[in-house]
Formats: sequence, structure tokens, C-alpha cells
Amino acid sequence: MDKAVLKRLKTVSNTVRQDVIRMAGVARCGNLASSLSIVDILTILYWKEMKIFPEAPNSPERDRFILSKGHGCPALYGALAHRGFFSREELWNYSRLGTMLQGHPQYKITPGVDATTGSLGMGPGIASGMALALRHSTPSPYIYCLTGDGELQSGSFWESVLFASHHGLDKVILIVDLNGLQSEGSTDRILSLEPLSDKFRSFGWEVLRAEGHDFSSLEKAFSSARDQKGSPSAIIARTVPGKGVSFIEEAAEGANRMVLSREEMDKALKELSQDQLSTGGTI
Amino acid sequence: MINPEKSTREAFVDVIPRMGEVYPDLWVVDADSGSLTGASSFADNFPDRYCNTGIAEQQQALLSSGLALSGKRVVAVSQASFLVSRSYDQIRNSIAIPGLPVTFIATHAGVSCGEEGAVTQMLEDLALMRALPNFKVLAPADYWSARHLIEASIGNDDPVYIRLGRMPLPLVYSGSDADFSPGGGRMLVEGTGVTICACGIMVHEALKAAEILSQQDLSAEVIDCYSVQPLPSQVILASVRRTGCCVVAEEHVSRGGLGEAVAALITRNYPVPVKFVSVEDRFGQSGRTEELREYYGLTGNQVVSSAVQAWTMRRR
Repeated sequence: MDKAVLKRLKTVSNTVRQDVIRMAGVARCGNLASSLSIVDILTILYWKEMKIFPEAPNSPERDRFILSKGHGCPALYGALAHRGFFSREELWNYSRLGTMLQGHPQYKITPGVDATTGSLGMGPGIASGMALALRHSTPSPYIYCLTGDGELQSGSFWESVLFASHHGLDKVILIVDLNGLQSEGSTDRILSLEPLSDKFRSFGWEVLRAEGHDFSSLEKAFSSARDQKGSPSAIIARTVPGKGVSFIEEAAEGANRMVLSREEMDKALKELSQDQLSTGGTI
Repeated sequence: MINPEKSTREAFVDVIPRMGEVYPDLWVVDADSGSLTGASSFADNFPDRYCNTGIAEQQQALLSSGLALSGKRVVAVSQASFLVSRSYDQIRNSIAIPGLPVTFIATHAGVSCGEEGAVTQMLEDLALMRALPNFKVLAPADYWSARHLIEASIGNDDPVYIRLGRMPLPLVYSGSDADFSPGGGRMLVEGTGVTICACGIMVHEALKAAEILSQQDLSAEVIDCYSVQPLPSQVILASVRRTGCCVVAEEHVSRGGLGEAVAALITRNYPVPVKFVSVEDRFGQSGRTEELREYYGLTGNQVVSSAVQAWTMRRR
């Protein structure tokens, strides 16, 4: 990846992370670790991979994005705001009564949100409907769907996975945010998904592995996924819950329940600003 | 008078290919029930806009959501018991909350689907669907009203649930009478002594009851409440203001269906005694349709006795 592009993506993701911290701090809500784990994936999608039109968010030509792990929406809202879908000021109203940024993403309410999600495991099914509807349109958009790993434990998820390969929906690109954490602790301990690549392959999917915080690795995976013909692709991206803030990363299984105090918020922001200084530049 | 009997399911079979011509953006999503529900009549004509998800109703609902989010009109069709209860979470989150234009066609509802027993005799669907904001819930009583309501639902942009049955029923309306819409209801018999609200097959029992009651000098007013959500509130309230008492008849459990909807409307606006003809706190079971309707009290005679009870308690 071009160095300037890489630097730009790093700057963007750091800026989005800072706003995720501010959003969660102001709203005093959880889901911080699972929001921070997807910031880099969202950054490369919204700043490099996806064809989007922030000034015309419903353009039929746009690539679609479905956040199947709807609880990670602070990260999505941060990305959408910085990409120009709505004012950054809206972020400070996150989950407040009567505002556009609901606690889980809602279609029709937030510009740039393509589907209502949050009840887990539903993203791939919605993605398959979009892909079927749009497969003969020109240009035929890609449908990106970002799921958590815990939600792969639900049955309907696999109904959708089976469906997408049977119908050869090669415009569907699924990204699994493999952060190893679900609400009550480690995914491996609660209900292991491994061998996950084999599961997708046996359902007829192309499987790609990526490091979820390495933009070059993600770029390669997206490029291969788009080249795939005749079957949908799953990018299994290893991520770190709470990525970017050391004490959230270290909280491990407790990280998702963490609600930041004012001091913790300042500490997290300070750490991220120092990282930003070392990589250089602001968005 | 020639009054051939046709099921409400036949209305779907007959009208859905025409809808495919009228709306080039219409898709039908089936969950392996095409020959039972009539979805195959669409599949034969528009194979590119028909999708069978297999025995996977959750995927059926999600696929419908994705199609609708991409600008398509969608009909999702299956047997009531599976269409609704298996995929309730998917329907609620991916269709009801965003308010997408998906019409759910549920066949084989109620005990009148006969021998198959409790598993397929869906008696709780109206309650489940009525509870969802944004949804319209319809339970037509005859072929023509079913046909017009299916057309109207596909033509509008709201999520709709339409309950159909496979039992042949006499015609109540004529083909040229197309004044049916969500929130509507029809006064079928005018009367002054007791209001009878009914939907689906029980409209026919209500009509039989009104005849019997008229011989007993009790003048019954019969309203076809084909729109369970929203209710035809003004028609119902105007009627109970005249009669001072009400009976509600439905092929559904007593909880959460048309009966409780009408009772709540009346309680809030003009409290009068209300009696219910419905299935009391039980599931269905195997049997012949006529036996089952007798066993569960879904008969004209039951409506008569409830009407008399309501009348004796009426508000004067």
C-alpha cells in the first residue's frame, strides 16, 4: 500500500477512535471494546474500498454496508460523520431521545445506514436479499457486511450463509470481526466457532484471512474478495477488542462492559493523541 | 343465486400472477410451500422474481428485508404457523422497525386447516402481528375481499400481514366491489339489538347467527372486521352506541386477537358489555374441520348464545 494512503488511513482511524471514546464517554454507554475493534475495518471500507456518495447517501450505485453487529455502531457513526454523511456534532447526541443516532443502527433515521440491525446474526440474510435484488443492475454494487464473531453462534446466520452460496451471490463480502469476545466472555470458552474457515468453505464460500488492524492485509483481502466469481467471500479478520487504548485492551473479558469515567476518557484520549503525534497529522 | 364457494387462499393463487404483471418490481419469497400456498402460480410466470429459500423462514424474512431495502416490493408467503412464529425476531427487526413494503401471506391459519393438528393450526398469529407497530393485519372473510386486500397491500408501502385459509367459503362480496383497505370494515347486516364483530371464517358464522337471532326478535348488526389492525373504529363505535352490547367472533385464541382489540377500543371510548367467541386458552388438535369448529365453539350457535348473553347485560 502506498505510504501516503497508509498514513492517511492511520490518521483517520485514530481520529474516529477518539470520537468513539468521546461518544461513549458522553453517552456513558458500553460496547466500547467491540466498537474499537472494528474502527480500522470501517476506515479502509469508507475511505478506500467502498463506492459511496455521502452527498447522495441513497444513490442506487452505492456499495451497501450492513453492520450486522449493530452494537458496534459508535464506530460506524464516527466513520459516517467524518466521511461527511452528517455533522460531527451529531455524535455527541448518540443514543439521546429524539436524535438520529440510535443505540443500534436504524435505516431511514441515520443517513448512510443501509439496514436496521442489532438483533444479531441477521446481516448476511439482509445482504443476500440486496445482492439478489441488485445482481442484474449496472453497475452491480458490492454488499459489505460486517459481523461479530459471537453472532456466528446463531442458527439463522447459517441459513443465510447457505443461501448466499447456493445462489452464487459473489457481490456479498462478509467481514468477520474476530475479536474473540462476546457479552459474557471469551467466544472460545462459551461456544467455540473453530475451525471457522472450514465451516465457511464447507458452505461453499471463498475464505480469506486478514489482520484486522493491518490496512495492507485488509486491502489485499478486499481485492481478492472482489475478484471472486460465483461464490460469496468471507474475510475473517483477527482483531483486538478495545484496540488502540491500552487499558481497554488489557481489560480483556471485562472490556465490553466498561463504562468510562471522565478520568478514563481523558486517559484514553491522551493515549490516542500521542499515537497520532507519532504517526503524524490530523484528518 | 349462484354462490360458489372459494377459499381465500385461491384469491392469492389467482391474483398474484396479475400482480407480477402490474408491478415489475414485485418479488415473491417462499419457504418451500409453493404448491400448498399457491406461490407456484407466480413462480411459473416470473421465475426470475421468485425465490424459494428452502425450509428457512428466518432467511425468508431477512431476504425479504434485503430485497425491500433495494427498492423491491415483496410478498413473503408460507403456512401461518411457520411464517410468523419461527421468524418473529427477523420480522420485527428487519421489516417492522424500518417499516418496509413486505406483504406476508399466511395460509392454513386456524383450526379449519383440519387434520394436521396443533403444530400447524396457527391460532396466535393475529396477536403476534397486531403487537408490532407499523404492521397492518388483515383477516378477510371471502375470496373477493381477500383478492382486493392482497392487491391493495402490494400496492402500498407498509408491512402487511394477511391471514388466509384453505377452507372453501361462500362469497360475501362481488368482484366489482373493491372498497377494501387497511382500517376498513363492512356493515353486512344492520340491526339495533347487538353488534357482532367478526373476521375470517367467523363472518359467515356471524351471518348465520344474525338470521337465527332475527327469528328470536333480536336484531343483530354484523360487521366484517377484516382489518384487525388498524380496526374500523368508527364503524364499531357507531354500532355499539346504537346497540349497547357487542360480540366478537374469531378463529383465534382468546388472547390478543380481534376480541381483545375490539374490547380495548370499546373500553376506551364507550364501555358496553362484550362477549367473545374464540378458542379459550388452548392449542388445536387433529380432527375434521367441522368437528373441530364444533369442539372449539367456533359456530353460529355459539355466536347466538353469546349475543343473547351480551344483550341481557347491555347498556341501556
